[in-house]
Amino acid sequence: MEHKRRVRVMVAKPGLDGHDRGARIIARAYRDAGFEVVYTGLHQTPEEIVEAAIQEDVDMIGLSSLAGAHKYLFPAVVNLLRERGADDIVVCGGGIIPDEDLEKLKQAGIKQIFTPGTPLEEIVSWVKQNVSPR
Amino acid sequence: MPLTFNTAIFEDIKKAYRKWEEKLNKVFSAKPERLKRFSTVSDWEINRLYTPEDNRDQDFMEQLGFPGEYPFTRGVQPSMYRGRLWTMRMFAGLGSAKDTNTRFHHLVNAGQTGLSTAFDMPTLMGYDTDAPKARGECGRCGVAIDTLADMEELFAGLPIDKITTSMTINPPASVIWAMYVAMAENRGIDRKVIGGTIQNDMLKEFIAQKTFMCPPEPSVRLITDTVEFGTREVPRWNTISISGYHIREAGSTAVQELAFTLADGIAYTEQAIERGLGVDEFAPRFSFFFNSHLDFFEEVAKFRAARRMWARIMNERFKAEDPRSWWLRFHTQTAGCSLTAQQPYNNVVRTALQALSAVMGGTQSLHTNSLDEVLAIPTEEAATIALRTQQIIAEEAGVANTIDPLGGSYFVEALTDRMEAEAFEIIQKIDDMGGMLAAIEHNYPQQEIADAAYHYQRQVDDHEKVVVGVNKYVTEEELPVETLEIDEALESLQIEKTNRVKTERNSAEVKERLERVGEACSGKQNVMEPLIGAVKAGATLQEVCDVYRKVFGEYRDPGIY
Repeated sequence: MEHKRRVRVMVAKPGLDGHDRGARIIARAYRDAGFEVVYTGLHQTPEEIVEAAIQEDVDMIGLSSLAGAHKYLFPAVVNLLRERGADDIVVCGGGIIPDEDLEKLKQAGIKQIFTPGTPLEEIVSWVKQNVSPR
Repeated sequence: MPLTFNTAIFEDIKKAYRKWEEKLNKVFSAKPERLKRFSTVSDWEINRLYTPEDNRDQDFMEQLGFPGEYPFTRGVQPSMYRGRLWTMRMFAGLGSAKDTNTRFHHLVNAGQTGLSTAFDMPTLMGYDTDAPKARGECGRCGVAIDTLADMEELFAGLPIDKITTSMTINPPASVIWAMYVAMAENRGIDRKVIGGTIQNDMLKEFIAQKTFMCPPEPSVRLITDTVEFGTREVPRWNTISISGYHIREAGSTAVQELAFTLADGIAYTEQAIERGLGVDEFAPRFSFFFNSHLDFFEEVAKFRAARRMWARIMNERFKAEDPRSWWLRFHTQTAGCSLTAQQPYNNVVRTALQALSAVMGGTQSLHTNSLDEVLAIPTEEAATIALRTQQIIAEEAGVANTIDPLGGSYFVEALTDRMEAEAFEIIQKIDDMGGMLAAIEHNYPQQEIADAAYHYQRQVDDHEKVVVGVNKYVTEEELPVETLEIDEALESLQIEKTNRVKTERNSAEVKERLERVGEACSGKQNVMEPLIGAVKAGATLQEVCDVYRKVFGEYRDPGIY
């Protein structure tokens, strides 16, 4: 029987924002759900995130931003993935994201945005349904 | 001697308690208690009832005493709010220096009694707006400050010789403070007259808030420079605000917040003593900053225990003799992490309760969060409601009529004692590791906080902890809240403004001044005077911070989860 590779997810903190409580909790929840987890640590540029995602061969990138720079940083990651021919990596995001930005981010290619108060279970099951090993 | 009773009575109380509990157990065997476990938000289990028996070891004079008297459990000043209310200090910063200046004027006109500045991410991290790493961040979570010209615009028309200013700034605290001193001097105000606070607490950045620039050791060296300079040159300034706020926001428990904060205070004290300063020269200018979280009594106990512990640490451990060195004076902010994006108007109520526990705990100043802070930078209207919340507590609720109104509550006193005992245990653990710098290198506080945060989130997900509007009393339809938008054009306008400063300044002088800063960093000279010279000549924040980064190196997040 062929063994299916486990889903590899990257949790990434783009920009200068230091709020990492959410990102680290999500990383643990992914690990507990059986995913392979790569956590970038703080203060990553979109270029660094995309480079690391390709190097680590991940299936999904979860971006976390709580300081308001998501409008620039999230689409920048998607665009760089496209330029590198790696746009089959699913990108989702979370953090302090006002409602009026949600639609714009989705149009820019962010597949899902999880706003504050979303249960961990809900996020984990979304990943299970929407991300499979590439 | 116990709190109120003679020892013989404890036996009677114990007996009576047992009898009462037997009766109660019968009731509960028919219909069980509402919850399996009653615990605080930090997951401390709480008894059904507290009696004098729980305070039996509490010697009134030794443990409580009087406000303004050792060990200050009941307050640092003898008069407390009977003399003067706490300072209502709303944290504000948005967009450009001009936008924030407008907000400052609004808050002062609305009755605010102190200023508090929030900077944007590039400023907090020591970058100018035009840095590649700063793309998309200008003015988003605070005000952008690149040069002295921005600082001057930020405080234009505000009486900085009369009102005190708090600035939440850490890795570049020395530079921002140099700009503030330079701004005052350019206005003809003596540096000895200005009063305020720079947060300047790098240890908690490595532990929790994660805005860092240089490694821990040189970071602490820069802080010690500011402590030394403040002691001699700017005597009304609080050179460090030793902060538990961010430790708590990152997910710690109440007792961890208390213990890690005081352990940071111990580390700064040791460094300044090593520099050759006498403890009573600088310790009176240390201030503290705590979170006021959801659990009302746990927070009151934390504030009261904090005062008693610091007094004992300064007296017993550091042999400070000046009573002002024993004072733990603190600012409080209500818990941002407790606010919910769902049903955001509920946040007004949460904030009011948290503000009340800060007042019951004897805070010196207070920021109340706005209902929309979970969504964006507050609108003027939301910030005004938050300020009015403090004014209602202060002037309508009657809670400021007497000092330490919860003192003597069996429950609060028992909780205060437990808080002190458990926090001292954690401090002992840190001492055994070789102090807070060593503990941070071992990732001890970081890991403890991550564990506590995950534990709490699991409890919320399992409905063991209720978050109204999130895991209970959920509604589909919600009232929309209007949020503040930061103008996208701001970034390029700010870059233009800084470029103008750069073309108008004497670049040879700037270069020379920056070299002086570099020499001070490489050697043992205090950096503050060279810094003031550099920013007066027009050096930008990043130009100075690049000198720091070059001399001291950069710190990278180890990425623990």
